[in-house]
Amino acid sequence: MTLVLEAAALGVLTGGVYALMASGLTLIFGVMRIINVGHGALVVLGAYLSFVLWHSLNIDPFVGLVVTMPVMFVLGVILQVVFIRPLKTDREALSVLVTYSIALGIEGLLGYFFTSNYQQITAWYDTASFPIGTFHIAYVYVYGFLLALAILGAIFVMLYRTTFGGAIRATMLNRTAAQLVGIDVDRVSAIAFGIGMATAAAGGVVFGITNTFNPGSHYDLISRLLTIIVLGGLGSLRGAIIAALVMLVIEDVTAVVISPVWASFVFFVILVAVLLVRPQGLFGLRVRERV
Amino acid sequence: MRRALIATVAGAGLALTACGAGTATPSPSPGSPITIGVSVSLTGDFSSDGPALEKGYDLWAEDVNKKGGLNGHPVTMKYVDDASSTTQVVTNYQNLISSDKVALVFGPYSSLLTKPAAAVVDRAGYAFPEPAGGAPSVFALGLHSLFFVQPAAIEDNLVSYTKWLLALPADQQPKTAAYATEDDPFTQPQIDKAKSILEAAGIKTVSYKVYPAETTDFTPLALKVAASNADAVILGTQVPDAIAFVKTFITQHYNPKTLIETAGPDQGSSYSDKLGANTEGIMVPAGWTSGSQAYGNPTFVAEYISKYGGTAADISADSAEAYSVGQVVDQAATKAGSIDNQKLIDTLHTGTYDTVQGPMGWDSVGRPQGGVGVFVEQWQNGTAVFVYPPTVAAAQPEYPKHDWQ
Repeated sequence: MTLVLEAAALGVLTGGVYALMASGLTLIFGVMRIINVGHGALVVLGAYLSFVLWHSLNIDPFVGLVVTMPVMFVLGVILQVVFIRPLKTDREALSVLVTYSIALGIEGLLGYFFTSNYQQITAWYDTASFPIGTFHIAYVYVYGFLLALAILGAIFVMLYRTTFGGAIRATMLNRTAAQLVGIDVDRVSAIAFGIGMATAAAGGVVFGITNTFNPGSHYDLISRLLTIIVLGGLGSLRGAIIAALVMLVIEDVTAVVISPVWASFVFFVILVAVLLVRPQGLFGLRVRERV
Repeated sequence: MRRALIATVAGAGLALTACGAGTATPSPSPGSPITIGVSVSLTGDFSSDGPALEKGYDLWAEDVNKKGGLNGHPVTMKYVDDASSTTQVVTNYQNLISSDKVALVFGPYSSLLTKPAAAVVDRAGYAFPEPAGGAPSVFALGLHSLFFVQPAAIEDNLVSYTKWLLALPADQQPKTAAYATEDDPFTQPQIDKAKSILEAAGIKTVSYKVYPAETTDFTPLALKVAASNADAVILGTQVPDAIAFVKTFITQHYNPKTLIETAGPDQGSSYSDKLGANTEGIMVPAGWTSGSQAYGNPTFVAEYISKYGGTAADISADSAEAYSVGQVVDQAATKAGSIDNQKLIDTLHTGTYDTVQGPMGWDSVGRPQGGVGVFVEQWQNGTAVFVYPPTVAAAQPEYPKHDWQ
């Protein structure tokens, strides 16, 4: 029983970090109606940026976020303006190709500069832990979870308490109507993409401390992130958070109680069951489109 | 017209039959330059092993060219990335053989990739000396053209370790053991064999888990092993899971008396720079160590450091295994007086060949025979050293393993 509780606690803590990584992905989909399959590569890029600051300048990876998040935000705005904005027709399909190309480009550049050797950011809190009953929790998971709470909280405040957040939500609801009421949707999209990349940088820090990674690590990552936002409902921030927690808790508990071989399978059974009942995901909106 | 058509079709059929028979490998003229083709994993799951393999092959090619080439033929290596994919590796060898018309091919990394590649290479009539495909399923192909250039078949890798454990005084032997392994043809046969030996000797299995090779979150698995509180932990790992398991054990303050991992601790600084002083006491089965005095090894180590920098501890065993492939082929070519593939196959099936991993020969399906076996290596004071068997040991095994720092 202790082991199950331990796995569930671990699932909640890592689920928070996955929620942080998936939040950018679902935000970008909500605002721009594009599927950013390059998001995993952006998380890995964030991990490498933190790795460089830690390895070369001895800057604590969490402190380094003051540098990496703004850098990734600016990079996100540039990528959106150069690669995504020109897509005027068939955005959803073309965006998959374009963002996949971005992912391959990032993977190639990282491979050139860092080789394909596995890297990991090490800090005192990656193995240091504190006891809860008979088991121990590593500080890094708690710090990662708190970081996720802080950033997701800030995004919620921005979305629901600011004028710009209102513009983002309006664009998510109806892009054309938002344009008609005078919202500069191109500007909103660029900034939303930048915010998505900044969250990728934050997620990348925790990913880089808790996992070994190399330039090719984004393939596994993006498949998990896409699954999370499909379960939560495409475009729903709340859905991404709940789905990430559900996914990680189910997988971790199944791995210790039944078998790691069944961990993903059990989750996917639940995913399919949810989609049969709610095709739009847990918190997604059913959208009728005139074709 | 009709007769001409029949003749054309028949001719094409004969040509295809000849290709299918796979005996027509290119025969370069004496002294002409040759290309050796290799599929390497520069991306994907084995992307840290692929470049290490390439370094070993390149170093050998330089060495052999310095002494006049392979049986007089200057050697150029040609590498193509297989992205760690079992389908791409097949395409790569098909292209290397049929389009690039390379004179020889050397093996890729892992049993997973060697197995599909070996069938294609065999059909084309090429010899297939390979550094990393030693799983039982590879030898089960029954290919006469395959030669696994390591001191023992993969499934026997942990036999030395079990011998050492069972040779400990009875009151010190572990009473319980926990096992976890990837469902990979390289790792699982090793774990299963060690488990059957230890169970037969009375060491109780308290946990046994097989996990998919694509698993990325190893913490729940490591928690399960830690919760078993086993005296001995035996893990079928590659680099990422080897590191992740240890980190979780440290977090949980779980200190088994002995811990061995099938791969990871043999990767030099790629492993130790993630764990620092906590590598102390961790074991790995190894056929090669940088300090070995085996044939050509001191030269290999010196040249590696000179070419790639770093220290002896940075050298991956993958590089030494790849270099050994070149050594074996060089000796066979000299012995046969030719680089013809069929002659190389016949020659490699006779006698023993010296490598940086020690001497070795092969049975009819490429399983290593008469080698010195796989030893037990342990991290002690920041370096991996042979600790068993005593005939090759550079230090006493540290047992029980020190607590995590």
